[in-house]
Amino acid sequence: MSDTFKLNIDGQEVEVPKAYTLMQACEEVGAEIPRFCYHERLSVAGNCRMCLVEWEGAPKPLASCAQIVGDLRPNRDGSPPVIRTKGAYVEKARNGVMEFLLINHPLDCPICDQGGECDLQDQAVAYGRGESRYDENKRAVEDKNMGPLVKTIMTRCIQCTRCVRFVAEVAGVEEIGMISRGETAEITTYLEKSLTSELSGNVIDLCPVGALTSKPYAFNARPWELRKTSSIDVMDAMGAAIRIDSKGDAVMRILPETNEDVNEEWLSDKSRFVWDGLARQRLDRPYARRNGKLLAVTWPEALDAVKAALSVGADQIGVVAGDLIEAEQAKAALDFFRSLGVRNTDCRPAGAQYGLSGVREHYLLNPTLAGVEGCDALLLIGANPRVEAAVWNARIRKSWLWGKLKVGVIGPAADLTYPYEHFGNSPAALNSEAVRAFFKGAAKPMIVIGEAGVCRSDGEAVLSAALGLAQNVGAIAEGWAGYGMLHTAAGRVGALDAGFVPAEGGKATGNILDGSVKTVVLLGADEVDLSRLGSSSVIYVGTHGDAGASRADIVLPCAAYSEISATYVNTEGRVQITTRAVQPKGEAREGWAIFRALSALFGKALAYDTADELRGLLRGKAGENTPFSGRGYAPGAKGSAALSAAMPASSVSLGSEPFARAIGDFYLSNPVARASRTMAECSALATSLDTAVAAE
Amino acid sequence: MALRRFDLDAGGDSFAFKPETEEKIAFWRGKYPADKQRSAVIPLLWLAQKDNNGWLSEPAMREVADRLEMPYIRVYEVATFYTMFRLQPVGKFHVQLCGTTPCQLRGAEGLKEVCTREIGKPMHVTDDQRLSWEEVECLGACVNAPMVQINDDYFEDLTPEILSGILSCLRNGAAARPGPQVARVNSAPEGGTPVLTDASLYDGSKSRLRELPNLPGAPASAPAPAPAPAAKIEPEVPKAPAADDLKRINGVGPKFEAMLLEMGVRTFAQIAAWSPETVDTVEARFGFKDRIDREKWVAQARMLADGRFDEHDLIFGRGKD
Repeated sequence: MSDTFKLNIDGQEVEVPKAYTLMQACEEVGAEIPRFCYHERLSVAGNCRMCLVEWEGAPKPLASCAQIVGDLRPNRDGSPPVIRTKGAYVEKARNGVMEFLLINHPLDCPICDQGGECDLQDQAVAYGRGESRYDENKRAVEDKNMGPLVKTIMTRCIQCTRCVRFVAEVAGVEEIGMISRGETAEITTYLEKSLTSELSGNVIDLCPVGALTSKPYAFNARPWELRKTSSIDVMDAMGAAIRIDSKGDAVMRILPETNEDVNEEWLSDKSRFVWDGLARQRLDRPYARRNGKLLAVTWPEALDAVKAALSVGADQIGVVAGDLIEAEQAKAALDFFRSLGVRNTDCRPAGAQYGLSGVREHYLLNPTLAGVEGCDALLLIGANPRVEAAVWNARIRKSWLWGKLKVGVIGPAADLTYPYEHFGNSPAALNSEAVRAFFKGAAKPMIVIGEAGVCRSDGEAVLSAALGLAQNVGAIAEGWAGYGMLHTAAGRVGALDAGFVPAEGGKATGNILDGSVKTVVLLGADEVDLSRLGSSSVIYVGTHGDAGASRADIVLPCAAYSEISATYVNTEGRVQITTRAVQPKGEAREGWAIFRALSALFGKALAYDTADELRGLLRGKAGENTPFSGRGYAPGAKGSAALSAAMPASSVSLGSEPFARAIGDFYLSNPVARASRTMAECSALATSLDTAVAAE
Repeated sequence: MALRRFDLDAGGDSFAFKPETEEKIAFWRGKYPADKQRSAVIPLLWLAQKDNNGWLSEPAMREVADRLEMPYIRVYEVATFYTMFRLQPVGKFHVQLCGTTPCQLRGAEGLKEVCTREIGKPMHVTDDQRLSWEEVECLGACVNAPMVQINDDYFEDLTPEILSGILSCLRNGAAARPGPQVARVNSAPEGGTPVLTDASLYDGSKSRLRELPNLPGAPASAPAPAPAPAAKIEPEVPKAPAADDLKRINGVGPKFEAMLLEMGVRTFAQIAAWSPETVDTVEARFGFKDRIDREKWVAQARMLADGRFDEHDLIFGRGKD
């Protein structure tokens, strides 16, 4: 038996695998099949009937999304079955389906947020009839509460069940369902409770009609008046592909774009709904503290103040880079401070014990995000991907659900949406027999260590034990580097790649912030503990009036990720560049430019005058291989050679202190999110529900 | 069908299965493998409804979901899909009134009036908590239409008066007799059967197989059955040619004609005079049961004997000669 099957589709002969659906086969020859319920990344429901095609000889039209090609049979004379996706028969069938779908659908397109990007609207134009023949009463459905993100107008619902399947299959929280039946069937959450998934916003994209729309974006704009900019998300270290829709100077919404290697086509709620934070609490001009109060000053005044604050001797200056720092700013700041002789520079959280070995692979997610799909045993050490990389967590779940992945966890127990083997919450488990047994027979083992696993006193020992374990269980092999770190901050890898770590003899973050240096420069560092700064004077370069700015003596405003073209390296080591969607706020400047200006003030002008020149420097000369040379690509398995060497012997041994959580509150993990009203609402709700992903 | 929602107020905060139900739960769960326990959701919901005074409260539904480790929304979907799961309180006696076509044609509308008058609107519980009613789709007892189901029992062949009597019995704590409310057994005819009353139908005597030697009750060595008597058919002239063309009778072919002649039947008049017993005898001889009756030979012969040939051919068709 051959694995392929010949079909005649619209007069074209095509041979496709038997496992294909008829819809896939039709698309193979370029036929356009309308659909509502079918979605590539969800299971097949077959309930909208929009994808009907004609099979010559069949008594009825076929729903092509649910028809497996291998179940068709050739004609009696042995010729391939004849499928038609066009013609009067098919048109009449689709026309009839469309008429039924529209029977109970309200005619409220003019006030519907989906208008202009609505599948039902588009397909009604293409396949529907001009006018309605229905003069009975239409049914109306009560709107449901689904939380602060998803607005519902349930009368518009056509019961495609995409949202039901998404939350059950991808998000892994079975919270949406279809209740009752027949004409009274309704989509709802259980007793209208809010969705607790951190991927819930995706149901808005999935909804083919205007039943589920974005609550924060409601009535804000029409899709055709928005400027659409492809960019990169910085809310976590995944670097998901996003589209920033803006109008004038405001970001109106953020949508995911497809990047199969990173986010497929999903986006976490934080990345999607954080946009209102980009317009609030912004630093739009420089400030300096006079008589204990921050007063607005001009740039020259601010830079002079900075110059004064930095004239305390290189050893009395410490520089800490924050979570959202872009590689350009990191590079420019590092070049500038090194030129002053400053050694106390760090981009890692306090207590971090990684990134100093000089081996890039030690801090990358070498198996890659997509690599989890081929993997069969995954061990998470001090990492909670549901909070730290929510979209990747859905991918792990997918691999567990459809593949043969099993997951083990060393760290705090949490609801990850898939079952896992819990090896306790102590580093000692790394050497346990149970963990070795877990990997037994695994062809592609994967060990992922989270930031919480290494930001601790015995972090070095944990790292080296984890790498040792990886080498032992065959995770490092030809063509497979199954060891990696899952970062929580978008800027971390880029800054590490730029070399933003303490120079020889320099202080790390924890020591810079303990009040022992006279001047501390915070590059958007708000997640660090600022309580021990004592009398240090603080220069804050950042975007939002957050913890750092309120402690600062001088505030220099810089542009946020939506306002510049900036390089970010994701946790896999994938170099990606954001695109400017809107102008920086007020007098805010691009981060690198601030340090270029300062360097001129100090008479040690940096060697680049534009961001492109700076990026060229990061990329290196032609043929030179730097972390920034490739764009959009993750080194992945190429790291296996570097990982097969043992870590330098650690001076500490594994402790028994349990792993902490890297992120406290999923919705409030960075200054942009903390400025967002939507995120605050989500956070309050999650806390009150006490089932918050972060609280588990 | 109205929207079906949990009555959250009436449901309270908690629900517990009765201790004696545990055995039944174990029975239903035992039918499914450990990883397919959710298959038991409908039986468990049903048991929960029984333990909760005939309706399914929200805590009861959650109890089922927790036991089967199912997300609440999945159980909610099932509970709202099936209308036999009642999401609002019902009376001690809940009347399900069949309103589907056969019952409606036999007077279900009148029963509805009784319920509305004596209980109230559908799903309304009387103040004494004893009665409530709702209209349901076909309960599968159309032969005994119109009918209602009260709790687990069918009450059939109702009239408004009878239903009213049943309701007042139940309201006053008296027992009501379930089943048909007229003089009939199950769905047998009212007042006993008018047909198939002959006792000989049931003693085997009518069976043609009674002559088989191994038939129960037959003599061990039964004599060969005597040839059916050619009673009352006296041959006039053996093998004499027919006086009439017997083949004019539709159904009589050359073969039957020969047999008839052998029996001495030569004229239409002879056949026209056959009594039912004679017909039986002739049929027995032919070995074709009922054929003469079915083809109306006697009537045909009567017409032909009268010389009404055209009329015969028009009505019965001309026999093939």
